[in-house]
Amino acid sequence: MLSIKKLFVKVKDKNILNDFNLDIKEGEIHAIMGPNGTGKSTLSKVILGNKNYEVVSGDIIFKKESILGLKTDEIARKGIFVAFQNPISIEGVQNSEFLKTAINERRENAIGLFEFVKEIKEKVKELDFSEEMIHRAVNVGASGGERKKNEVLQLSLLEPEFIILDELDSGLDIDSLKKVCEAINKYLESHKKTSVLIITHYPRILEYIKPQFVHMMVCGKIVKTGDYNLAFEIEKSGYSDTSVMGSEKENE
Amino acid sequence: MEIVGLNENNIRKISKTKHEEQWVLDFRLKSYEMFKKLNMPDFGPKIDLDFDKVIYYKSLEKGLNSNWDKIDNNIKCEFASLGVIDSEKYMDGIGVQYESEVIYHNMIEELVEKKVIFTSIEMAMKQYPDLVKKYFSKIVSNSDNKLAALNSAVFSGGSFIYIPPNTTLDRPLQSYFRINSRGMGQFERTLIIVDDNSHLHYVEGCTAPTYSDSSLHAAVVEIYVGKNSTCRYSTVQNWAPNVYNLVTKRALVDENGTMEWIDGNIGSKVTMKYPACILKGDNSTGTCITISVATHEQNQDSGARMIHIGKNTSSTIISKSIARLGGNATYRGKVDIKESAINSKSIVKCDSLILDKDSKSDAYPTNVCRTSKSNLEHEATVSRINEDNLFYMMSRGIDEEKATELIILGFIEKFREELPMEYAVELNQLLKRML
Ligand SMILES: Nc1ncnc2c1ncn2[C@@H]1O[C@H](COP(=O)(O)OP(=O)(O)OP(=O)(O)O)[C@@H](O)[C@H]1O
Ligand SMILES: [Mg+2]
Repeated sequence: MLSIKKLFVKVKDKNILNDFNLDIKEGEIHAIMGPNGTGKSTLSKVILGNKNYEVVSGDIIFKKESILGLKTDEIARKGIFVAFQNPISIEGVQNSEFLKTAINERRENAIGLFEFVKEIKEKVKELDFSEEMIHRAVNVGASGGERKKNEVLQLSLLEPEFIILDELDSGLDIDSLKKVCEAINKYLESHKKTSVLIITHYPRILEYIKPQFVHMMVCGKIVKTGDYNLAFEIEKSGYSDTSVMGSEKENE
Repeated sequence: MEIVGLNENNIRKISKTKHEEQWVLDFRLKSYEMFKKLNMPDFGPKIDLDFDKVIYYKSLEKGLNSNWDKIDNNIKCEFASLGVIDSEKYMDGIGVQYESEVIYHNMIEELVEKKVIFTSIEMAMKQYPDLVKKYFSKIVSNSDNKLAALNSAVFSGGSFIYIPPNTTLDRPLQSYFRINSRGMGQFERTLIIVDDNSHLHYVEGCTAPTYSDSSLHAAVVEIYVGKNSTCRYSTVQNWAPNVYNLVTKRALVDENGTMEWIDGNIGSKVTMKYPACILKGDNSTGTCITISVATHEQNQDSGARMIHIGKNTSSTIISKSIARLGGNATYRGKVDIKESAINSKSIVKCDSLILDKDSKSDAYPTNVCRTSKSNLEHEATVSRINEDNLFYMMSRGIDEEKATELIILGFIEKFREELPMEYAVELNQLLKRML
């Protein structure tokens, strides 16, 4: 479904991704763990075609086509959704207006008001939001956790085929994390072909949404790939552990 | 008939064409002397106008009608395509000015019974001279500023409205102004009197086709709001980008009266317009809500003036400016709470949204409070559409244009809330067309 090949990315003359390779097939769940500043969030923004990042070489293939050079909204409409690490707020733009517009951009005919209201209310309830948030401006005055929940609300309404969760777990309390993960699992239940890439520092979220593959990323590239258990290894020994670092060759 | 250039002879010609009484001609000539003495405003955008090249008067010599079928078919079609004829069904009355003369005026029967007067200023000067004389040029004097003096010298067209005491209109009255010729100057003069205990909503619209040389629109609007009365004056100006729109609008508000200016500036090359309320009566209220959008080579210099004289007076100024593609949208306003205006309050809130780095939005507020027993608040914000906002919205599949539009519409939400429904729709459509 998504295949990243020999990707080199720069921002302001600083190399961030160095020969980054990743292959995710339909319906697979992957996780990436890696130290702060290693380029995980950069990766998700590059996939979305953010203009602040310069792709020096390599390619990103989504559903058999390169998406390099496409506009962010085009990439999003192809079915890629990123739940951002730090979702921003947008003054003056109501959640309902924002979501309705996003939904309609993907449809031939505009969604009926009744259908839209029904759907959004259902999802809002599922995530334990109060209904009045629908009429509030996007993330304005919202807490860190509320912003994360809003990302998941958007996700469930926009029906992506490829999801990146960039540190979804940071900022969410234990109960909220559980609730949010349940909502995502429910979504995956009914969208079996959807693939997920979870970026995280802690294995807890992976206990809820269980990945088949865990990658360790250091200095802009994947240095080790393993199964679910690698997450716990990393939690125990960190990234500087030589036994982990030394296994770089295995990956190649 | 067409009169080009500014001199005494031409002014006499305009007056003669209109078969005016001597007092009107005298007023015109005195105003012309005033015009020669006064300087152009020493603030605001640069105005590059040759007063000798302007067409000061142009008419089709068909007179004033209250039946569209009697109006030249081409012109009728033009107003039909502008939606003016259709809008009549939402109004209690409508007036239409084409070039220098009001060509159409009509209102529902009921208003005639209520003794409401809605006609052109020239007609009013002939039919109701005493009523006109009592207020005309008393609120905006011909020495107020150079362009008010110019208007006083060459005015032509514009509406006269008189709402008798204890009268409420169910729906608005509307006037529509159209400039059609290149190099045309339109100098309408509007006088509105809302007598005691009455209510009026007046709607003004204006357009012009685009020519390469400049046109001038220099109107004067005078409004008297009587005791316990309310007047709301809504404008959307969508002049072509070659029009200098230099307008003096002022209301005098008596005891317990309320004046509301709702002002949308979308078109024109340069607009300088600061609707004013003179809150003379105790407990009177003034509001001005402005939205200005300046795009490529446009300069919207707008705002409001609130002069507090009576006790317990209150005013609100809300200004929303949007600048894009190198445009300049500037707020310029004044609140003056005089010593006599004890227990008064004023709130000024101006927000601007700048869409790109070539565009500009400044604020020049002058706020004076001469009594410690009154209160003046001023708030200003400047926001920019930043790349992060756009990226976030686009990451949800919304294209850049639509995302920008959502941000702009969100920005002016407040303004939309203040508008009557049918008007909000009109404004939204205009804004969307611009984006
Ligand atoms: N727009 C930018 N301008 C300059 N530097 C940037 C920009 N974006 C990212 N960087 C730098 O690139 C590096 C990678 O950042 P990134 O946010 O991708 O890290 P991360 O792996 O997500 O870290 P964390 O675990 O802390 O979220 C950092 O050193 C960061 O400062
Ligand atoms: Mg990150």
